[in-house]
Amino acid sequence: MFVSCARCEVDHLAVPAASQPNSSITRSQPGAGAGPSGGDPPVSWGDEHGDAAEEVPDPTDINGPHFDPEVFMTKVRSECPLGQLLAREAALGREIRALDSDMQTLLYENYNKFISATDTIRKMKVDFRHMEAEMDDLAANMAAISASSARVSAALQDRHRRGAQLAGVQALLRKLQALVEVPGRLRRWAGTEPARALRCHARARAVLRHYRHLPSFRAIEDESQAIMADLAQRLRMRLREETLDPKELTECVEMLLQLEEPAEELSEEFLSQAGARLEAELAALEAELPAADPSGTATTPPPPASDILDFVDRGSSAFVGTLCQLAGSYRALFGEDTGRLEPFAAALATRYFTLLERRLALERGLGDTSLLVRALDRFHRRLRALLELLPAGADAAAELVARAARERVDRYLRALQTFFLGCLGDVRQALAAPRPPGKEGPGLPDLLATLAASVLGQLKAVLAYVQLFTARDVAFASLPYFKGEFCVTAVREGLVVAFVRWLCRTARGFADGPTERGAPAAPPALLLLLARLCLDYENSTISYILTLTDEQFPPQDSGPAVTPGPALCAEARAAAQRLLDHYVQVQGAAVAQMLRKSVETRDWLSTVEPRNVRAVMKRVVEDITAIDVQVGQLFEEGVRRAQSSDSSRRAFSVYSSSRAPGRYAPSYTPSAPMDTHLLSNIQKLFSERIDIFSPVEFNKVSVLTGIIKISLKTLLECVRLRTLGRFGLQQVQVDGHYLQLYLWRFASDERVVQGLLDEVAASAAHRCLDPVPMEHSVVELICERG
Amino acid sequence: MEDDAPVIYGLEFQARALTPQTAETDAIRFLVGTQSLRYDNQIHIIDFDDENNIINKNVLLHQVGEIWHISTSPADKGVLATCYNKTSDTKVMTCAAVWRMPKELESGSHESPDDSSSNTQTLELLCHLDNTAHGNMACVMWEPMGDGKKIISLADNNILLWDLQESSAKAVLSSSAALEGKGQLKFTSGRWSPHHNCTQIATANDTTVRGWDTRSMRQIYCIENAHGQLVRDLDFNPNKQYYLASCGDDCKVKFWDTRNVTEPVKTLEEHSHWVWNVRYNHSHDQLILTGSSDSRVILSNMVSISSEPFGHMVDDDELSDQEDQHQEEKIKEPLQDSVIATYEEHEDSVYAVEWSSADPWLFASLSYDGRLVINRVPRALKYHILL
Repeated sequence: MFVSCARCEVDHLAVPAASQPNSSITRSQPGAGAGPSGGDPPVSWGDEHGDAAEEVPDPTDINGPHFDPEVFMTKVRSECPLGQLLAREAALGREIRALDSDMQTLLYENYNKFISATDTIRKMKVDFRHMEAEMDDLAANMAAISASSARVSAALQDRHRRGAQLAGVQALLRKLQALVEVPGRLRRWAGTEPARALRCHARARAVLRHYRHLPSFRAIEDESQAIMADLAQRLRMRLREETLDPKELTECVEMLLQLEEPAEELSEEFLSQAGARLEAELAALEAELPAADPSGTATTPPPPASDILDFVDRGSSAFVGTLCQLAGSYRALFGEDTGRLEPFAAALATRYFTLLERRLALERGLGDTSLLVRALDRFHRRLRALLELLPAGADAAAELVARAARERVDRYLRALQTFFLGCLGDVRQALAAPRPPGKEGPGLPDLLATLAASVLGQLKAVLAYVQLFTARDVAFASLPYFKGEFCVTAVREGLVVAFVRWLCRTARGFADGPTERGAPAAPPALLLLLARLCLDYENSTISYILTLTDEQFPPQDSGPAVTPGPALCAEARAAAQRLLDHYVQVQGAAVAQMLRKSVETRDWLSTVEPRNVRAVMKRVVEDITAIDVQVGQLFEEGVRRAQSSDSSRRAFSVYSSSRAPGRYAPSYTPSAPMDTHLLSNIQKLFSERIDIFSPVEFNKVSVLTGIIKISLKTLLECVRLRTLGRFGLQQVQVDGHYLQLYLWRFASDERVVQGLLDEVAASAAHRCLDPVPMEHSVVELICERG
Repeated sequence: MEDDAPVIYGLEFQARALTPQTAETDAIRFLVGTQSLRYDNQIHIIDFDDENNIINKNVLLHQVGEIWHISTSPADKGVLATCYNKTSDTKVMTCAAVWRMPKELESGSHESPDDSSSNTQTLELLCHLDNTAHGNMACVMWEPMGDGKKIISLADNNILLWDLQESSAKAVLSSSAALEGKGQLKFTSGRWSPHHNCTQIATANDTTVRGWDTRSMRQIYCIENAHGQLVRDLDFNPNKQYYLASCGDDCKVKFWDTRNVTEPVKTLEEHSHWVWNVRYNHSHDQLILTGSSDSRVILSNMVSISSEPFGHMVDDDELSDQEDQHQEEKIKEPLQDSVIATYEEHEDSVYAVEWSSADPWLFASLSYDGRLVINRVPRALKYHILL
């Protein structure tokens, strides 16, 4: 091949060298020859050109392959002028020479190469001849080798095939062995390691199923299936009968699932097993609760074995934990289809809530609120986990906590009320307790201060306890309910306002209730005390309490409307007014009753000449003095009108006028019966109308005036119903003067006392058969002696 | 339209006893008995001329003593009964007697004599109610709507039922009952119920109200502690047979259903002193009149416990369209118990108030100083009730 290449090269080189000078010669020939003949253009030029310049080669192109010297010459001769032809000839001549010299140069240059190439080719010829022989040798050898190899192969082929067959059989046998061993293994593991048995079975199952048409395999399959069925049976038994912890339960059900037990049925089993377990937890919790008493007659259930925190703790860790775990497993096992799980969990959660509520209901006493709050907090926290899977429970749980909180607040309200009633009981007892002579019992101010302080203290303590519900570290305090509604509705309205209202109502009840029928009336001192308490509440305590509450439980802006302080104050004031009025009425009635009986039971016609003030009058003065002291302990003095130096003079005036034949005289004179009326009517024109049972002001003088008015008006009315003898009139005169002497200083306006006593005297004179008044000096004397 | 001003009449003497002339249904006539220990007592027969707003009076002498209670026969215009004090130097005894007034005064005389004292006439005594065995007479009640032959008097702790025979010339004690108990029991007042065929009366003693059957003279109900203090007066609702009003020294007026005596149906606390008198209007039982020793007379409208709690029922057919609308408006108005008016014309304790037997819109009140005031129900209310 190499040889041929060299040859080609030589040819190649030779060809251009030979042709080039040739062509240049041919080219120059027409040029030289046609120089002068270039005048006439070829006739066919335009036609040919129009045909196709590339298709039809230009015969005039001296370098083109289709050069036609004849045509060229003709053309040049016909077209070109002479000068141009000459120049062209010269140029061609130059070119021919140049080309000749070039050709010679190339010839010399390539000659040597040509020689060496020829040598090489010769040498190659020799070598190839040698090589050919060797190649033949090789071919012979190769043929021999392939022949023997073919022989060997033919000899070994059979054995090889058998070997491969045997290897295949062995693998198969090994598999078969494994298969055969399956039942055994299964049997071995079924008891102890069901999971391994399952893995084993899972591997074998597909094969067995595939070859089940073979009797032996079928036998194995049947056997293993029997074993697995047995295993399944056992697992089911276990599922059904044993109490499994959630992990075991999950494993068990997982295995059963792998055994291709129906998922539907399994999920049911799972839930029932889980249910049983959770029921057990609930039952354990329930066992701590006292049996529900349907008749509701149980008076005091025994105190629960453990405190509420403990209970909630156990409830959360045991029940809620298990429930969460089981719910998680269920989801993992049966997918997200929670159509069953949710009602199941909801039902259990509801029961748990019920139990917790029952337990909460047991917290009757006030116990430790912080414990309750912590318990509720824990409950709420633990429940969050559960709530992820049971969103519906969130409201119920929040509601439960809120209810518990409300309940507690209610209970505090009741406790406060009980406490207040207890305090009142103490006060009543202190008031009623017989005092050892010479030793004063606790005064009303002390009692009032004790009562007010202890009630306020208790209220504060309660608020502090309730505040635990809204403490920052308590999780449920961040619920909107506890932020807004709880503060306003439950605490401010439900506890504080309700308590104040109740207090006012209760206080009022002492004024309204018992007077009606039957029930023992409250002692007057208690009425007075409560009146003062209510008044203090109106003045300061209510606003203080409300401020305190608003500080501790800041109300939301958009929260429900709250009872304004002034409304409460108004209630307290109304209660105070009612109590004080009632006090006046009770005390007035007591004094009045005494006076009425004394007037009604006495025989005024045949009485003897008065020597003394009647004992009942002294008693009246004593009683009123005592009332004055009592009221003075709690109420301010008040303003007294016309408390001037002439009061003592005025004290005389009635009787000095009655001594003179002035005032009563006309009524004794038959000739002018009209004068009495004229006089008394004129007198009345100038005096104000006196309302007897009228509301009093919150001061001592007003209270006393009220009582005195009631007493004296009674005296007046009673005297008018009697008929008096002379001494009867005189007795009334003495009594009246005595009252005047001692009562004027209690009244806000002594003219009230004066006016009423005047009317008593006038009425007595009217009702007297023989109206001869006593000498005033005698009257004075008797009174002074008394 | 302005309400008519009250008409005031002054007596010379103090007075407690007032009664309308029950048998008179045309003329407005009241009888007032005076109390004077030193002069002859009188019974003033007050005729009120509604059209001219004029009072005509006739005076009868009642010489036996001062009058504590007076009542008139429901059948005979000329017959009346009084409870009066017979006073001696050492003893006061309250007696009762039935009287007949002179014939010409029965229907009032139209020419009023200028000087009453010169023209005084005396009462004709028909009979005494002999109480020597029974004690002081508190009041005399005529059988309502009866023929004027039966009266009941309360004497201390006795209820005495009398038959008047021989045209009231003789009083025969037909039956009696005594209230037994601790202490000195004394009836203060009583009323004869117009219901149940006039077989029931109610009495007050101390704080208790009791009902009695006049046939058996047995107690039929008892309201213990009806008032905190003494019960002063009673009255029966003329239209509702079980309803009873009481008043007393606790300044309250209470309304009772005698079928349930544990709680009052309603309580009024408008007076500021003892309430001495309570009277239902004879026709419109929502109108309650009370008199008190706080010198006030109060007219209350107790619609809710009246026999017409929803207003006066009128047949729609009788009304024209315009009136119909008017009626509807009336019905829409809330019906509330309220005080209609407080009358302050008196300056002394008012011991008696009475509705006129002839004009249901007119009433009289009497205070101790002898002032008799005649007032009318406000016109607005009158038309409200009527229309």
